Amino acid sequence: MIANYGCEDGSGIYYIRIDTGKCGDCQLRGCVGGCPQELFVIEEDDWGDEMAVVREDRRRTLQAVCAACKPQDRPPDPLPCQSACDRQAIEHTW
Amino acid sequence: MADRNIEKVEYWRWEESRWQNPEITDWRGSLVTAGVDIGSTSTQAAIMADGKLYAYASIRTGSNSPSSAVDAMNWALAGTDLTPEDLRYTVGTGYGRVNVPFADSTVTEITCHAKGANYIYGPTVRTLLDMGGQDCKAIHCDENGAVTSFMMNDKCAAGTGRGMEVIANLLAVHVEDIGEMSFRIDAEPPPVSSICVIFAKTEATNLMRSGWSKEKVLAAYCHAMALRVARLLERNEMRLDFAITGGIAKNSGVVKRIERLIGAEALRTDYDAQIAGALGAALMGKALYEKKGGKPR
Ligand code: SF4
Ligand code: SF4
Repeated sequence: MIANYGCEDGSGIYYIRIDTGKCGDCQLRGCVGGCPQELFVIEEDDWGDEMAVVREDRRRTLQAVCAACKPQDRPPDPLPCQSACDRQAIEHTW
Repeated sequence: MADRNIEKVEYWRWEESRWQNPEITDWRGSLVTAGVDIGSTSTQAAIMADGKLYAYASIRTGSNSPSSAVDAMNWALAGTDLTPEDLRYTVGTGYGRVNVPFADSTVTEITCHAKGANYIYGPTVRTLLDMGGQDCKAIHCDENGAVTSFMMNDKCAAGTGRGMEVIANLLAVHVEDIGEMSFRIDAEPPPVSSICVIFAKTEATNLMRSGWSKEKVLAAYCHAMALRVARLLERNEMRLDFAITGGIAKNSGVVKRIERLIGAEALRTDYDAQIAGALGAALMGKALYEKKGGKPR
């Protein structure tokens, strides 16, 4: 499943996209420790399979929360969360 | 002296409803499961016998979510000769899913709406728009009603059932009349510009003061709401067939404008599209009961 967590407002579209099909047999769970803002947690989906999700209390403020990782003049590529996920399951829409 | 006891009309109040399937005369011997969907504005309870819809009730969510769940379920049960003990597995879903006191488990509303839409509209649904009381979601699903992707926008109440209720009260128009009234206009007005319900309210008040009719303001509001969700649909990619669940599915003023914007018609149904979440929860109850070898929890 492709899960898009976030929101959009007048200023832009701020979603973190996770390909949760890659999380099931991921051993490292790099996203959990790799994000300095601790945005990712592992939860069971409705069928009992584990997957990464973006913490619910941060979904409306992703633009602000991720700002420290995304300096406008020199955004790192890949981002820390993307480097930490060895399965390339994480994308950002902005 | 003016009469101070004039009854206050609640324009936002939509009609609560109950339905029972006349084709099911005896549920005995069937696996009876139930689903309860507690949303921010409405609560539904659905009962299924062997995966076939038996009865449902849809009520306004009160200030106490657990008692709304109990009230909805009791009303759904009334008229059947089922008792709560006959429900083999109950799933809670929706914003208040953890507040269903008699639930065996909880399932997210995204999964439940996709399952429910698959039942209501059939296996051809690939894109589902769930327009709830407080958020809207664009969901992709496969022929079994399993979710393949989703995107939600819950930043603000505009574009939701709650936003529509606020406008109904402001303009003193019954919420169920908004859709039809919004087409009594000569030309489609530009959408209200605000995406926040508080500002949309202020904007609607100003438009009325500047001489706009209620119909024109409603058209502008439905237009804005349709634009907002059409963008969400496009962002998550439109795949046909397309269907809408949730309370706003009953508002033709929004539905027809969405169809115009995305260039595709939404599937129609005789079921109440507002019960998709509860219905999907009851179907998930059946699947989870069977997966766990016939044991609740
Ligand atoms: S590291 Fe990547 S694949 Fe592993 S759980 Fe996190 S998001 Fe999923
Ligand atoms: S950009 Fe930074 S803060 Fe945002 S999710 Fe990735 S690692 Fe976390």
